[in-house]
Amino acid sequence: MSENVTFHFDVDGENFSSAGEASVLVKKKLRQLGFSPEIIRRVSIAMYEGEINMVIHANGGSADVTVTDEDIVITLADKGPGIPDVSLAMQEGFSTARDNIRALGFGAGMGLPNMKKYTDTMEIDTVLGVGTTITMTVKHK
Amino acid sequence: MKTHAVAEILGLRAAAGSIPEEFTGVYAGDLLSRAMSHVTEGDLWITIMSNVNVIAVASLTEAAAVILAEGVTMDPEVLAAAEAKGICVLMCDKTVYEICRDIASTAS
Repeated sequence: MSENVTFHFDVDGENFSSAGEASVLVKKKLRQLGFSPEIIRRVSIAMYEGEINMVIHANGGSADVTVTDEDIVITLADKGPGIPDVSLAMQEGFSTARDNIRALGFGAGMGLPNMKKYTDTMEIDTVLGVGTTITMTVKHK
Repeated sequence: MKTHAVAEILGLRAAAGSIPEEFTGVYAGDLLSRAMSHVTEGDLWITIMSNVNVIAVASLTEAAAVILAEGVTMDPEVLAAAEAKGICVLMCDKTVYEICRDIASTAS
């Protein structure tokens, strides 16, 4: 690939029926680009978890995916409340999701840990009251 | 593994799509993040969750089918989403434990 391929998605807040749409679309695009099932799986899981987090906690946001020669970069940006304690949020099982969200099967406290687990790098840039931007990369070479 | 014998012993009814010929494995669980990271392509995913996010997770993980346990039903709009995404949804009256037990004894 000589030029980077980019995709942009707006993620609706509080809309659980369309949550995951961006991840499904990215999955299709990556398949068309010929990536291995393992790479596609890792990107899909990380992006789905991020998408769901933005729907649950931040009233939506944006998702950008850039495919370069070496890696797939996923940037999730929201204007939500920010994460007060990132190391606590990174612990498996820790969740601040409300009961109505848990009733849908979310709130396992696995979102951020899954994002870290399935990507090669993950950076969290969060400011209380301003928002959170998460940048993840999956190397494909 | 062939789905036919399993479908028969469990009394599976297709609510969306048609029963796949084969499956590769089984995952049982209701928390979507857990399912997301443990369901692999070709699996039967047994759950009692029936909201539309189940369809998104089944689609992303490429499950062979979702089995709704304990007689749980799905709303028509969720089934429509399943049809649109090509996801097979099967209904079963047995509990999650009974379904796992019966699949294990049939497949072995």
